[in-house]
Amino acid sequence: MRRQLPLTLCFIAGVFMAVQYFIPHWRVQDTYDRFLIWLQIIFAFAFLLGTVSLVKVHFHKIRNRAADRGYSWVVLAGLASMIGLGFFAPGHNDPGSPFDMMFQNVQVPIEATMFSLLAFYIASAAFRAFRARTLEATLLLIAACIVMLGRVPVGDLISERIPEATRWILTVPNLAAKRGIMIGVGLGMMATALKIVLGIERAWMGGGD
Amino acid sequence: MSESRRLLSVLFTRTGLVAAIVLALALSLCPCAVAQEAEEPVVEGAVAPIAPPTDLEAGDTPSDRGSSVTLTWTPSPDEETDRVLVYRVYRSSDPETGFEQVGRVAAGMTTYRDGGLIDGEQVFYRIVASDGETESPYAAVGPVASSPQWFNSRRANAMVGTIVFVIAIVYFVNAAKGGKELFIRRLAGLDEIDNAVGRATEMGKPILFISGLSGISDVATIAAINILGEVAKKTAEYNTRLIVPNADPIVMAVEQEVVKEAYAKVGRPDSYNEDDVFYLTRSQFAYVAGVNGIMVRQRPATILYMGMFYAESLVLAETGASVGSIQIAGTDAVTQLPFFITSCDYTLIGEELYAASAYLSREPVLLGGLKGQDIFKFIVGTLVLIAVVSATLAALGVTANDPITPLFVTGG
Repeated sequence: MRRQLPLTLCFIAGVFMAVQYFIPHWRVQDTYDRFLIWLQIIFAFAFLLGTVSLVKVHFHKIRNRAADRGYSWVVLAGLASMIGLGFFAPGHNDPGSPFDMMFQNVQVPIEATMFSLLAFYIASAAFRAFRARTLEATLLLIAACIVMLGRVPVGDLISERIPEATRWILTVPNLAAKRGIMIGVGLGMMATALKIVLGIERAWMGGGD
Repeated sequence: MSESRRLLSVLFTRTGLVAAIVLALALSLCPCAVAQEAEEPVVEGAVAPIAPPTDLEAGDTPSDRGSSVTLTWTPSPDEETDRVLVYRVYRSSDPETGFEQVGRVAAGMTTYRDGGLIDGEQVFYRIVASDGETESPYAAVGPVASSPQWFNSRRANAMVGTIVFVIAIVYFVNAAKGGKELFIRRLAGLDEIDNAVGRATEMGKPILFISGLSGISDVATIAAINILGEVAKKTAEYNTRLIVPNADPIVMAVEQEVVKEAYAKVGRPDSYNEDDVFYLTRSQFAYVAGVNGIMVRQRPATILYMGMFYAESLVLAETGASVGSIQIAGTDAVTQLPFFITSCDYTLIGEELYAASAYLSREPVLLGGLKGQDIFKFIVGTLVLIAVVSATLAALGVTANDPITPLFVTGG
């Protein structure tokens, strides 16, 4: 029963989700919309689970005097202060409220900083990828140079053929490869979904019979 | 003679009077026509009314959920002279009165879909062409009623494809159950997982498993969870620590269960530590900061990236490379694949992510599913080739039209 119930629920929900794609009738589509609303409700409750998990993990680290427990204090202090400001400070989360000030002036700049690190990582990854040690790497290097030059005005100044070559690389070999991958991905998705719905694939339940 | 002349005179006078009265009445009833006729030679720039659209037809919108009717018409001839700016659509439940405007479409359009109707209730439509100020005489149609459909005929081709696909999968799964040997090509990235777990055990360092930023409704996340189940069995066998930080609370709850079940299945339920499968944050770059922190502090021997990734992929993978971990990635995010290929030791490309669970478990039934997938891919490839030839022949003018390609277009 412990295995049969989730498998049965999964089968019913999976078959319904597949079949609704072909049935436009409002009775079926309204039921589908209702399922999506349920998903949102479950997600809202799951956030509580997530918060409990976060607090528990860091509480255990502090209690066990783990080596990096200082970070746990920072996490819990940040969590508590944002919850406190959101619920109890004047203005709650309205623009200009203490909660909003913390969000706009602390979290947003920190996230922007993390995102901007990407530029440096791209440079280091490009340096590694473009070392022309093999034929494939050399081809990649040549293609990348053409595409980069074709995307900036200086490429057009060097030769009108560079932007044309860039367009050709992006719309013919590059797009063909992308589409090949995407067809495989689409079939893989369908096969995975089918195996789960039919109960063939059970790894999501921890495997087993 | 004089008598007869007098009689004629009276008669003509009276006839003339009657004629004058009839003419006056006619003038009062149709002033425009007469005025136009009278003034035509005098007034310059007199404009004829806008011609209405013709061939107006209305019918229930096909393959819809109901409550809508679709109107089609032939454009007003005055569109050619740019006199028509817009078509106004009026609706009433009475063919004679009570028409209210329910929509408008720009000139050039020849269809309008009117929604919000009650199924089965008959309505009437009028449509006029307008230059923004004046309107043409109307074209009318009705009665018509909306109704819902139980099958979307525009998706019939997708349904045929799905049925063929399901048959292929089920056939090969049954063949595998019957003990038929199935060849599956080698996937280096998955072969390496055993070595990676062994390496982590020897080094006494943990394995970090990252299942992407998508939610549970993404099939890539489910594929990642399937792989996690197999990886967890191996880490449980070797008694190696497995750390799974999550960006989605539902995924976290599922992964906790999967890892717990995997540990129980290999007979080591006590080794499972719930604190190792935990929630970090939903925020993309806060998650990156948290995971990078774990990488730098814990220095895992192996990092597995499986699932859906966005801009964070390179930041994660480069940090992992910098701490010296063996990195195996698998994603169906085409835009992130180059970053993983650059920074990771092994990368599962696209569909290989979905094949991983079957490959790792080596269960014949799951491998049968992979074989069915391959057969369907061959069918799709053949059809694409036929469609390319058909479209090319039509484009070169060798054939009059391309009958194949439209068969693959699916409607909304």
